Amino acid sequence: MSALGDILSAGRRITTHRPWPRAVLDRDGWESASFLAADGRCTLLGLWGEWDTVHMALASQDPLEIAVVSLPCTDGSFPSVGQHHPPAIRPERAIRDLFGLVPQGADDARRWLDHGRWGKRQPLGAAVHPDTGAGDAYAFLPVEGESLHQIPVGPVHAGIIEPGHFRFTANGETVVRLEERLGYVHKGTESLMAGADVARAAKLAGRISGDTTAAYGVAFAQAVEAALDVTAPPRAQWLRALMIELERIANHLGDFGAICNDASFSIMLAHCGILRERVLRAADIAFGHRLMMDRAVPGGVARDVTSEGVAAMRALVAEIRARFPTLVQLYDRTTSLQDRTVATGRLNPALARQFGAGGFVGRAAGRDFDARSLAGPLPYRELDFAIATRTEGDVNARIWVRIDEVTQSLDLIDQILERLPDGPVQVTLPGASEAREGMAIVEGFRGDILVWLRLGADGKVARCHLRDPSWFQWPLLEAVIEGNIVADFPLCNKSFNCSYSGHDL
Amino acid sequence: MNKLLLQALALPPVTEPAPAPDPAALAELAANVDAAARRRLGRSLSIREVDAGSCNGCELEIHALNNAFYDLERFGLRFVASPRHADVLLVTGPLTANMREALVRTYHATPDPKWVVAAGDCAVDGGLFAGSYACVGGISAAVPVDLHIRGCPPSPTQLLKGLLSLLSA
Repeated sequence: MSALGDILSAGRRITTHRPWPRAVLDRDGWESASFLAADGRCTLLGLWGEWDTVHMALASQDPLEIAVVSLPCTDGSFPSVGQHHPPAIRPERAIRDLFGLVPQGADDARRWLDHGRWGKRQPLGAAVHPDTGAGDAYAFLPVEGESLHQIPVGPVHAGIIEPGHFRFTANGETVVRLEERLGYVHKGTESLMAGADVARAAKLAGRISGDTTAAYGVAFAQAVEAALDVTAPPRAQWLRALMIELERIANHLGDFGAICNDASFSIMLAHCGILRERVLRAADIAFGHRLMMDRAVPGGVARDVTSEGVAAMRALVAEIRARFPTLVQLYDRTTSLQDRTVATGRLNPALARQFGAGGFVGRAAGRDFDARSLAGPLPYRELDFAIATRTEGDVNARIWVRIDEVTQSLDLIDQILERLPDGPVQVTLPGASEAREGMAIVEGFRGDILVWLRLGADGKVARCHLRDPSWFQWPLLEAVIEGNIVADFPLCNKSFNCSYSGHDL
Repeated sequence: MNKLLLQALALPPVTEPAPAPDPAALAELAANVDAAARRRLGRSLSIREVDAGSCNGCELEIHALNNAFYDLERFGLRFVASPRHADVLLVTGPLTANMREALVRTYHATPDPKWVVAAGDCAVDGGLFAGSYACVGGISAAVPVDLHIRGCPPSPTQLLKGLLSLLSA
């Protein structure tokens, strides 16, 4: 039996948790699980809290096993995972802010999502503490040394982008440290989810990160369906995959143009902007919403695709196939552009592995994990596609993974349209007489999205956690910019394109 | 690249005709916007976008205004990088408590006369996020709003209709 299996079998299994196992552990078991993540035998998929419990999702390789382990925090604390495994540091800081559960042994006791503006502390905790809401000072890491200067950026940025604060310390042109401060767009989504009916919670899930609304919609729906032990009809599953691939293409096109634009190569932005708009318009025709918000719903999809929608998809695929290669060639042959992207913002593959970096960030640095290859209700296992990977880990590699993924997604859309099964697109969700738990992992354009939820016996959402891939990508952005010039930060940042809203929740 | 540029010369532009300004927006502006300010701001407006807690959906559609189909700049409307260069703040999101101070400071950094446009359903009253401990709920809770553009997210055409009404109010 695997090490993860051993730890699970020592705990108390929760039989209502689907599709992967969950076990409640004691403190020793929890620490053993932490060490599995720390020594690289498992990837940390997520770490989240409840008012009295912490949960950790782990994946082991060869054979691939996914499991959730939980620790009741009887004295309001739990052994810190972050002290052994740095990717857990920010999730733990968030758990402390939201639930008041203290990670024992953690080095960094600074608040993360809580900026002292909510008028209360530990809003989801066992005991909520009132607060003035006047705001906390934030202690950035100290920097010492001659000839260093600091550049504070944000939370309001120069572009049309989300808010966050970046504190650069530079030596001349060279960045010696970047420190991020996030949490500005924390909306309290998980507290709104608690007690919401499934339909309202699904709408909230669709607004965790607007650029990934389709994949979040699918992930949430899949978690609900897992909890209730139902499966959406085959046609709905295929349409969900279609939406996810469309969304992937739209985002990759937009970012490909935007990265080049950050190197002042604006013709790429103009052309990619046209193609991206074509994707959104085709999505509007096929699904009735440009971003496909609220189209994946628990039980299936909100509406079927008409023959007009299928025709729009086919025309779209043909147009991108006709125009995209010219743009790729232009990228590949423009040396002044390559000069900015090659060897810039290099992510060390070991770091990508340690953080379990999802999506193109990880796959451009040698990871080959893609949640589309997991067994599950989505039809990817019946479709023919290869996982695009590179090993260099630089901006150029991330661009190439995205280029390859656009091509792959076009092929996937072709296959889906060709083989789209007939039949209904929704099933009625059954009621439940007891609390049920479900989990889903779905590959959005940015990487693997994890949704975990518990439905109460009343059918309402008791607790729902949504983990954006950005949680494990943001810290890596701090790492890759080190030693690069300040002017290359926009390229690095856009090539990651982490979500602020998805992270801040 | 030369081939691409030549092709662009030969092909008809993809830019679409302007939509008519939104009558509801015109009515809201007529009630809110000062005629003297309108004369001083003239017919060209610089817009500073501020995300005050949006899910990023609104930003995507605001971005689209710059693509060749909508080509915002042909109307004399353009996005600028600093509030100090701006005539208009285009604000999205349910106004998170964590962004409130940043928005207020951005507002005060924008020279008078200025207009505030709140875009998206969240920006009106908090939308789906109304009632959260972390959201103030609507942009007008922190700064005076002259025009609301609804939608989740508003489409580029809806945004364009709203913004064009600023020019013809």
